[in-house]
Amino acid sequence: MTQDLETMRDHMLVAVEAAAGLDALDAVRVDALGKQGRITQLLKSLGRMSPDERQSEGPRIHGLREAVAGAIAARKEALEAALLDVRLRSETLDLTLPVDPAPEGRVHPVSQVMDELAEIFADLGFAVASGPEIEDDWHNFTALNIPETHPARAMHDTFYVEGIVARAAGGEPGSPSDGGGSATDAPPRMVLRTHTSPVQIRAMTQGKPPFRVIAPGRVYRSDWDATHTPMFHQVEGLVIDRGITLGHLKWTLETFLKAFFERDDIVLRLRPSYFPFTEPSAEVDVGYSLVDGRRRLGGQEGWMELLGSGMVHPRVIENCGLDPAEWQGFAFGVGVDRLAMLKYGMDDLRPFFEADGRWSRHYGFSALDLPTLSGGLSA
Amino acid sequence: MKFTLSWLKDHLETDADAATVADALTRGGLEVEEVRDPGAPLRPFRVARVLTAERHPQADKLQVLSVDAGDGPMQVVCGAPNARAGMLGVFGPPGAYVPGSGITLKVAAIRGVESRGMMCSTRELELGEDHDGIIELPADAPVGASYPDYAGLTDPVFDVNVLPNRPDCMGVRGIARDLAAMGLGTLRLFHVEHLVGQGAGPVVATETPACPAFYARTVSGVRNGDAPEWMRRRLAAIGQKPISALVDVTNYVSVDLGRPLHVYDAGKLRGPLMAREAREGEEVAALNGRTYTLPAGATVIADEAGAQDIAGIMGGEATGATPATTDVLIECAYFEREAIARTGQALNLTSDARQRFERGVDPGFLDDGIEHATRLIFDICGGRPSEVTRAGAPPTARATVAYDPALCARLGGLDVHPDRQRVILASLGFTVSDDWTVTAPGWRPDIDGPADLVEEVIRIEGVDRVPPVELPRAPGVAKPTASPAQRVERRLRRAAAARGLDEAITWSFVSGPQADAFGGAAWVVANPISEELRAMRPSLLPGLLAAASRAQKRGEAGSRLFEIGRRYGADAERPTLGLVLAGEAHARGWRNGRATGFDAFDAKSEALALLVAAGAPVDNLQVFADAGPAWHPGRSGTLRLGPKTVLAAFGALHPLTLKAFDLEGEAVAAELYLDAIPARKGTATQRVPYAPTALQPVRRDFAFTVPAGLTADALVRAVKGADKAAIRSARLFDLFERDGVRSMAVEVVLQPPGERSFTEEELKAVSDRVVAAAAKQGATLRG
Repeated sequence: MTQDLETMRDHMLVAVEAAAGLDALDAVRVDALGKQGRITQLLKSLGRMSPDERQSEGPRIHGLREAVAGAIAARKEALEAALLDVRLRSETLDLTLPVDPAPEGRVHPVSQVMDELAEIFADLGFAVASGPEIEDDWHNFTALNIPETHPARAMHDTFYVEGIVARAAGGEPGSPSDGGGSATDAPPRMVLRTHTSPVQIRAMTQGKPPFRVIAPGRVYRSDWDATHTPMFHQVEGLVIDRGITLGHLKWTLETFLKAFFERDDIVLRLRPSYFPFTEPSAEVDVGYSLVDGRRRLGGQEGWMELLGSGMVHPRVIENCGLDPAEWQGFAFGVGVDRLAMLKYGMDDLRPFFEADGRWSRHYGFSALDLPTLSGGLSA
Repeated sequence: MKFTLSWLKDHLETDADAATVADALTRGGLEVEEVRDPGAPLRPFRVARVLTAERHPQADKLQVLSVDAGDGPMQVVCGAPNARAGMLGVFGPPGAYVPGSGITLKVAAIRGVESRGMMCSTRELELGEDHDGIIELPADAPVGASYPDYAGLTDPVFDVNVLPNRPDCMGVRGIARDLAAMGLGTLRLFHVEHLVGQGAGPVVATETPACPAFYARTVSGVRNGDAPEWMRRRLAAIGQKPISALVDVTNYVSVDLGRPLHVYDAGKLRGPLMAREAREGEEVAALNGRTYTLPAGATVIADEAGAQDIAGIMGGEATGATPATTDVLIECAYFEREAIARTGQALNLTSDARQRFERGVDPGFLDDGIEHATRLIFDICGGRPSEVTRAGAPPTARATVAYDPALCARLGGLDVHPDRQRVILASLGFTVSDDWTVTAPGWRPDIDGPADLVEEVIRIEGVDRVPPVELPRAPGVAKPTASPAQRVERRLRRAAAARGLDEAITWSFVSGPQADAFGGAAWVVANPISEELRAMRPSLLPGLLAAASRAQKRGEAGSRLFEIGRRYGADAERPTLGLVLAGEAHARGWRNGRATGFDAFDAKSEALALLVAAGAPVDNLQVFADAGPAWHPGRSGTLRLGPKTVLAAFGALHPLTLKAFDLEGEAVAAELYLDAIPARKGTATQRVPYAPTALQPVRRDFAFTVPAGLTADALVRAVKGADKAAIRSARLFDLFERDGVRSMAVEVVLQPPGERSFTEEELKAVSDRVVAAAAKQGATLRG
């Protein structure tokens, strides 16, 4: 008997190994373990045995069954793996085929720079203010100490605008109809704001001191050549508090420009200048060095004009209903487009407003290049 | 404002060179735009002697010269009739650029004879018009010397940007005074010698408050030839064409002392001269050759024949001094600044006189001004000066400021000793009393308060000496510095770019027709740069469509553009996001075959995604087919929150809109009205506790046949509203039309409310309610 079982096992294991496919293997399984299978028969015969016989034969028959069943399972796995392998081999793709690139949108450098400025100035405690672009004469000029016949108006190349629809009375804050301090009943003459400075007036008339704001936005001058466009961007800065001096202005501008250009060697030169709404006034130059014939900010081999600034004129503070004996401070204004050009090396202003995809792919920023102080402004 | 270094040194005793002066000017607030060396282009030219002159063997009109320019004889072929042995002239060696003829000299054979350079005429060196012969220099001219050095073409010319608050620096003397205060030298005394007049002065009067003072004097028997060489040279150096001695004197005094004058030919005037308001429609033919119709309120100087001069701006052609003038009338008047500015603006006429009068000339300098001019005219042209007639009187009030020297540190951040402040102010012409009452000189009309004096002190002391002081940090926890609206714009910008849209910044102004297509402009620019940039945009789409059209013309396959900016309404400027999708959405490819374009649903999908990014509630938005005439009437709509609040418009554009922008193919667009998006409520950082549903949701599909005209939204809303407790969401997932019958299939997600599954009865009840709700819309369950 023992001999028979061993022979049977050997034959069966040979048959298992010899099975070339899953069908053949299943035939071997049926022959051994099917309902009428030889091992099944042997297992059934156990019931007819005496207890002693069963004691000795049982484990052997079960052992046989396990050995054969295990071999079949292993063989099946091997055959299936081989089949899968064959199938996968037939499924090869040319993975060098191109895929559709996801369209990559770009953020305009002016927006990027405005975000950078907001970040830098938030750290200095400046809120972001805004005002209308269609501005009344009073906010754009008169309140800023530029009366009608002032020669400084000639420096402004103002666009005048006319309303086609009669304007609603009142209006919401920040709307052009919010006349602020204009005293006359006649509809005020409207202009496209020539600078962001009227936001100074709006900030001071609408809030309570102290003030610390920046106001970025579009401004307009009737001028169009290689270096001027009729629309461009400025950012205004305003600090009104007790005891603010020209020294604070200097520190703030140095801190801002070093942070913005991400260079410690930024050197500023203040020159006395004239703006009707500041007194004293200073034009600020920034030093550059020449690297391979190109100007690079930092150092002081030469100077380029960058921005205008000064201590807010006492009359402007008065115009906003504040007492200049108590409240004083500084203001500055700088071209955002120009900051972008200097920082990111653009030579020409005009493409800024042409919405040319080639330009924006070259100079634009990825959506995720969010400037932060912790991550770096331009990193 | 231009002047030369030697001119400056007439008023300023200094050893400073041009670079030092330029640096000081800039530091003091007079920005130097240029310092030009007038001799620079003539640097290679040298004084030379003609050693021999012989006939050219091949040409009658040419001579062969041997020339010595300091390094031995050189052979030069010359065509000038005055070239002869022994004379001295100006030699240009090979390599020199001849500015008057635009050529660079080289060694060349002229009719077979080698010529190594050139003897030059006045015109060739752009020093004058003479081209009849070569320049002849005096016998003592040093051979070999640099010609520009010898000729004195070494006087550097400064071009200074004088800002409107500094009329005093519209004269060389004022600039010298500033430099002296800065320590660059000593201001020279300026002494005006008054000439005793013979006979009564001319009859003049003023009857307008715009001309408080009108002084005049005649000089008879003058010879109005050329002004002297030194004066002509200085005027030429600053770009003013010398005209005649009388006119040149007025121009010279204007630049030298900032005092404009006018000279009339007294023989051409009829009767007394009067400063008065222009009559309606009155005209003046001005010296620039143009005739001006004067605006109301303009001031003129008139004789009995009419207006002869646009007062303070430009003289008249008819009565101006000419070379034939023998009797001259000198006008020295004081005009109100505003009056001149208004007239100048109205006429759009700029002149040296206007620039000075509207900034404010020194009202204390009328007597000296007219005397100084008379002295110059007398010295140059001779003649007999009359007495001075003085009609009216210039204002005598001077700005007086109660000054506290401590303000310098308090406002300017620079601690300057009061004694030093006193010295600075005095050197600029201010009078400082013991109690610090400061009186401004007449030439400083800009001074009107203590802050102005701080500026003066700091300007002279050096603004670069103000030490930077850290701005103190605001106490407390930092608050967000951007407003909620600004945060929304920032999020949207990044979201749109992340979705593959390129940010554009387009003009705020568009053409009238472009604005009309999108609802019409509420504002137009009265003085636009061009008609294309006239109407303040009522929508961001015109600018973006124009950009897409340009991209198409450049051959770009597709444009995905967005802009965040304002649209300009009658009552407000409204923050807006516009986007345009044009051309190819997907390029042709091996997977999808042909290129595909954008459709209205692409626009809807962008609009919804961006509304989500903006924090708008989008679950309950309704679509209305009322986007406007610029849009495809059947393929566009607005997205509304409730019946009134329009959050966005989207869809395909009207073919005529596309045509107007010269866009080929389809283009779709969307515009988000950011001002309409409700502000998000609550700023609490704490959220409600997380409570996941206990059981999985159950999904049931319903297929309906629907009547024509029933929108997907109406059906889905009806289905969703059938059982608010059980139905969590409903979504249309299939849509087809067969044999004229439209079918829509809706997937309904049911959420068991508690810890217990729905029973079959409950599911049946919900299902029945869904079918009934759909039936109310005319939809029937498909069998």
